Amino acid sequence: MKGNVIKYDRDNIDTDVIIPGQYLKVHDYAELATHAMEGLDPDFHSKVKDGDFILSGKNFGCGSSREHAPIALSHSGIKAVLALSFARIFYRNAVDGAFLLPIEIDKDAYDGISEGDEITIDVSTNEIKNITKNQTYHMKPFSEIIGKIIAAGGLFKYKPDQD
Amino acid sequence: MNIVEKILARGAGKSSVSPDDVVFAKVDKVMMHDVSGPGVIKVFDKLKKQGISVDKIWDPTKVWVAEDHFVPSAEKMSAENIVKLSNFTKNYGIEKHFKYGMGQYGICHTISHEEAMVMPGDVYVGGDSHTNTTGALGAFACGLGHTDIAYVLLNGEIWFKVPETFYFKLNGKLPDHVMAKDLILKIVGEIGTDGGAYQTMQFGGSGIDEMSVESRLTLCNMTTEAGAKNGIVEPDQKVVDYLSQRGATDINLIKGDDDAEYSKIFEFESSEMEPIIAKPFTPENTCVVREAPSVELDKSYIGSCTGAKYEDLEAAARILKGRKVKIRTEILPAAISIYQRAMENGLLKIFLDAGVTVGPPTCGACCGAHMGVLAKDEVCISTTNRNFPGRMGHVESETYLSSPLVAAASAVTGKITDPRDL
Repeated sequence: MKGNVIKYDRDNIDTDVIIPGQYLKVHDYAELATHAMEGLDPDFHSKVKDGDFILSGKNFGCGSSREHAPIALSHSGIKAVLALSFARIFYRNAVDGAFLLPIEIDKDAYDGISEGDEITIDVSTNEIKNITKNQTYHMKPFSEIIGKIIAAGGLFKYKPDQD
Repeated sequence: MNIVEKILARGAGKSSVSPDDVVFAKVDKVMMHDVSGPGVIKVFDKLKKQGISVDKIWDPTKVWVAEDHFVPSAEKMSAENIVKLSNFTKNYGIEKHFKYGMGQYGICHTISHEEAMVMPGDVYVGGDSHTNTTGALGAFACGLGHTDIAYVLLNGEIWFKVPETFYFKLNGKLPDHVMAKDLILKIVGEIGTDGGAYQTMQFGGSGIDEMSVESRLTLCNMTTEAGAKNGIVEPDQKVVDYLSQRGATDINLIKGDDDAEYSKIFEFESSEMEPIIAKPFTPENTCVVREAPSVELDKSYIGSCTGAKYEDLEAAARILKGRKVKIRTEILPAAISIYQRAMENGLLKIFLDAGVTVGPPTCGACCGAHMGVLAKDEVCISTTNRNFPGRMGHVESETYLSSPLVAAASAVTGKITDPRDL
């Protein structure tokens, strides 16, 4: 995967800013995308491009269980969120619904990657390459179950009995 | 094994499990509401297009449905979601659908305990993050998203990584002016909004023995704000009495083994607690009420699964009796059964005499959806659970989280007020 980074240099990006509560009644994925990140960055919808990544700090996606959050980001074109850590329901929703990849990174990657940098993510080698800055970082490997669900293409395509 | 490991081992059909094991656990009860329900319906539609059969769900008797986030419908889209949800429960034979305007209904987590929908020892999942609430009855209660709930509806099981358990030992009875809400704000303030991430937060000790079931529900409710997978209290006679009064029988008093393991033990002197608030814009931004900033409040909100149980309303009534509110104040009992008891016991008269507007059960303004959201620059004190930017309305509004006692005292003065200082 190759794309450009939109960086939010802060911790605790919560689901209320990813998709505000007033839109919870909306279940049209394209419409949800138009309100993604509205609570923090009203320009997000106009600047995001298909294939982009979000980079942020600790506890990304904390707050509610709304699957609207990974849906709104995914249908905006976001293919992966790179963060120092993730809140559990956002992480599970992103993986089980096959909306985007939640990539756990360390401080080196977090500090090294800037807004607009072009990077590649290779989940088979757990390597992140910063093409703009010619740097390489490591991502935390997925746990076994998460890796298998991602490889299957979501929870409904994963067959636990065949393990 | 501790109580959560025992519940998950039974659910997974194993003799034992340990933290970090990944299990597929059989689910005993599953809940969805008027936000997660239409989300699940959307997942069903996607599955149908992929050729996966959604003709039948695993067990309609184990599913129950609440209408809470967008009732009463303020506009067409919300109204249509309720129609979709009703068609879904009718088509799939789900009988336990608590409908707005038809007797008992309310916020899903409140219905879970008011109607004894969940029993000690259950694996209970819900399409809402505050599903953790019901762990106070001794269940493994965990919130999930739409895809996971759809998976449970079709398969009757779901994967979990067995969590580690943080044990919170609470020492002594809370003082009269302090509520469980103050205690959980104190805990979230100390460990942070990711301090319990992916963990179980279990509560015990003499502070729990002394505490009502409703107070324990408040504690478990806000384990979500520390990022926890679930909150839990081992069931005791108080839980048996609480559930029996609501028609439950065959209650299983499941407990952890004497040699149960906990990854970390915290101790809190609950008998020495003070009223606490969380300042904007995160539940971990706490301080004691007597050190609160001197802000002019616009509104006091007593509502939600966190702060509008019967006991919460009783606490507000203790303060509001014979007094008048100085700022806009709304009280929304969290279920019709609570509303009815509040009427029978004279609480509604106290509220109305004080100038409060009493509204119907709804998640409403707690999640910034409708029914009393905040304007730009407005400041609210609220018995709810989150105060992220824009949570209760405009992104430049501010919410202070508090107990019902503090919210009621602050309604009387228009400033953030310790109930002892009235």
